[in-house]
Amino acid sequence: MTFSVVNGSFRYGPVPVLRDVCFQVEQGQVLCVLGPNGVGKTTLLRCMMGMLPWRSGESRIDGVSIAAMRHAEIWRKIAYVPQSKGTALSYTAAEMVLMGRSARLGVFAQPSREDRQAAAAAMELVGIASLAEKKCCEMSGGELQMVLIARALAARPELLVLDEPESNLDFKNQLIILETIARLSKEKGIAAIVNTHYPAHALKIAHQALILSRDGHTVCGAAAEVISEANMRRAFQVEVKIADYRYESGCYKSVIPISVVS
Amino acid sequence: MSRKYQKICSLCLIAAPVLCFLICLGVGRYHISLPETVELLLSPLTGAAVDETAFSVIFKSRLPRLLLALAVGAGLSVAGGAFQSLFSNPLATPDTLGVATGASFGAVLALLFTRSQLVVQLLAMAMGLAALLLTCLISRRGGHSSMVMVVLSGMVISSFFSALVSLAKYVADPEEDLPAITYWLMGSMNRATLPGIAIGVPLIAAGTAIILCLRWRLNILSLQEDEARSLGVNVRRMRLAVMAASTLITASCMSMCGQVGWVGLLIPHACRMIYGSDNRRLIPAGIGMGAAFLVLIDTAARSATAAEIPVSILTAILGAPFFILLLRKTGGAKL
Repeated sequence: MTFSVVNGSFRYGPVPVLRDVCFQVEQGQVLCVLGPNGVGKTTLLRCMMGMLPWRSGESRIDGVSIAAMRHAEIWRKIAYVPQSKGTALSYTAAEMVLMGRSARLGVFAQPSREDRQAAAAAMELVGIASLAEKKCCEMSGGELQMVLIARALAARPELLVLDEPESNLDFKNQLIILETIARLSKEKGIAAIVNTHYPAHALKIAHQALILSRDGHTVCGAAAEVISEANMRRAFQVEVKIADYRYESGCYKSVIPISVVS
Repeated sequence: MSRKYQKICSLCLIAAPVLCFLICLGVGRYHISLPETVELLLSPLTGAAVDETAFSVIFKSRLPRLLLALAVGAGLSVAGGAFQSLFSNPLATPDTLGVATGASFGAVLALLFTRSQLVVQLLAMAMGLAALLLTCLISRRGGHSSMVMVVLSGMVISSFFSALVSLAKYVADPEEDLPAITYWLMGSMNRATLPGIAIGVPLIAAGTAIILCLRWRLNILSLQEDEARSLGVNVRRMRLAVMAASTLITASCMSMCGQVGWVGLLIPHACRMIYGSDNRRLIPAGIGMGAAFLVLIDTAARSATAAEIPVSILTAILGAPFFILLLRKTGGAKL
């Protein structure tokens, strides 16, 4: 599947938020969206998936505008993983993940054995099968985030959209989330569009990066090229240094913030 | 709660309404034993010779009101459970949208002019639906309505109609109309006529059937709006369907037997303590428990003392201790 946004623009009232955003994500690719707080990262995700209407431009799946597609049809191809902080209901993980099957079922249908198996397989895939009977409101942030990813995967989507999946998590859980996204893209060919606050995470897993700046300027391109000291300075107004750290056979990139540009 | 315990509860909840119904048919001033009751119920089919007094007590007096109690108990539990999921609020009741107060006003208005139960029922039903319509109209802004706006509009409409009820009571003839109004508002199963039940019960059944079919989607509706949409649910249409079905149930119940408080809050919560939050099990469980509960309450209401006690008084007096016991034992259940 190819997902693309062509000249997407959006504004809240008279205030322009997004101007002429263009990008394209192919099967199995990961795109990271970077930008300062309040620049419109979440708005971009919502517009792109049709939850907010683009003022101009459009989103396309395999060249077809999603405005022309049926609701359930879109959500069989795209699955959304919201920020985990808002969800604290007492459904068990198994019940929550099963809800991911919704887009593949008729309005009055009840989930069948096949749907339960698909949900169990999704939990297996991200390694949380042991949490099945645990209630979501009693989980840690990391566990809940994995449940939400499993719920998205239960729909067997071709594109995952994740809104700051690793925010509010500790080191270990951040790594688990990032490795899960990378593994899904490599092994299952599932593309991902990820909002993140961490340029280093984008360098670690993303093929492409999209950087939104407050002055309305957007850059999009190969992650390693676009996430540069100059672009970071422009988007975040922060002086950064990007350094390579070699350890054993790997090379790890780190992005070090030096000072705020006044 | 363990799976085994849940299975035992499920069996009990299937058996309870049937058993309570059969036993309560025999309870009262004119006592009829259980085997006799069954024989009497089957007599139109088998053609067996039966005692005429017993036959008329069962078919003319007890059967209609117990059928009504079954339907109202099941309906209000389902409507309550549906609203609690819809608003993600464990305190939502079938009255959240002002429907019950609207229906009360309709009934009170009718009682000022007539004693015909059918007219009272129809006007109550009409005003209940009008209240929902008003709530929906007020909460819409720019073709869109948020859940908070809906709940707030419901509260406003509810207090508006309750003021109108007070006004009607204030101007009512204190000798004749006022007692009738007061008694109606306290709720009772004995007033519905057979034609009234024939109109009301199918509406309750229809509303209940709709929610029963949508029960898994109710889980999704209790999530945040963006999340629900991203699961492929047409949130707006689904919310409307659930609200319409719940309103149909509530307005029909109100129009036939007046205010029956507590059932819509107590029964879904009790079920949640046994089964957790999944509406796939919660809604059917609510039907069984609600039906059995109201049959028992109504039987107590008509046979505990010489005069009949209004149902809403008993649901609170018997319901509160039962609920406290459950709360203390399980520590409550979150939505």
